[in-house]
Amino acid sequence: MTESFDLPVEFGKIREFAKATGSLHTRHFTAANAVTPPTFLMTAAFWQTAESNAWPKDRDMRRVLHASQEFVFPKGPPRVGTTLTGQQRIEDSYSKEGKRGGTMTFTTLLTEYRDEAGDVVAEVRNTLVETSKPPKADA
Amino acid sequence: MSTWDDLAVGFAPHPRIDKPLKVSDFVRYQGASGDFNPIHHDPEFAAKAGFPTVFAVGMLGAGRLATYVTDWFGPDNVRKFGVRFKEQAWPGDELTYAGAVIERREENGERLVDLELRCTRQTGGIHLTGWATVIVP
Repeated sequence: MTESFDLPVEFGKIREFAKATGSLHTRHFTAANAVTPPTFLMTAAFWQTAESNAWPKDRDMRRVLHASQEFVFPKGPPRVGTTLTGQQRIEDSYSKEGKRGGTMTFTTLLTEYRDEAGDVVAEVRNTLVETSKPPKADA
Repeated sequence: MSTWDDLAVGFAPHPRIDKPLKVSDFVRYQGASGDFNPIHHDPEFAAKAGFPTVFAVGMLGAGRLATYVTDWFGPDNVRKFGVRFKEQAWPGDELTYAGAVIERREENGERLVDLELRCTRQTGGIHLTGWATVIVP
């Protein structure tokens, strides 16, 4: 089990992230109750520590590509002012033969985020694919 | 914003055609998200890895595809958003964001719409496919 990490949902980061993803929606720019953009929890990169990362440390990152990414919000995206507690684990891992030969190994990392009351408010699934050959520009 | 009555299966609003991608868009997204992989901003690093130049952060297009959805339904109404990464996007690419209703249903007193999403390059190549579920209050 990896360690949990805290992610304070900050107004400045919501605004910055919204602008970087081309959104000018007023709901991201109202300080009192701003809502986060759907992909905002990518900013966990600033908060997650090595001890809270479930990705195996022995992998060759030159052979790893991002395959898919999903965000689920049972009651809607988190809002400003809350501090979420994230915990990551490997949810799934499987291999299959690639179209051009070689084995592709898919690994899904699930990060569950809980609010101060302990309720799960977001599930983030990050699926990575590891190829037995280094990825090419046309991959 | 679409109303429940508008949202028949197959309904698709106008696609959005974005301005040509710039490396500064990648840098801005990387600064905002905390993903500092040099393959998206350091041409020398990208060349050593076997790529002609830097290429777009996949999550930048994903974030803009999400913006297409939140401009349509409002950011508070998103219940699920996902993407699958297809071919890479490059500086100068003009990306188009599009979506359509594939299902609508009522669950626990909420009206839900499932969307199919797509981000394509000016070549017609698919950069991302995506999916989302939103509530319609």
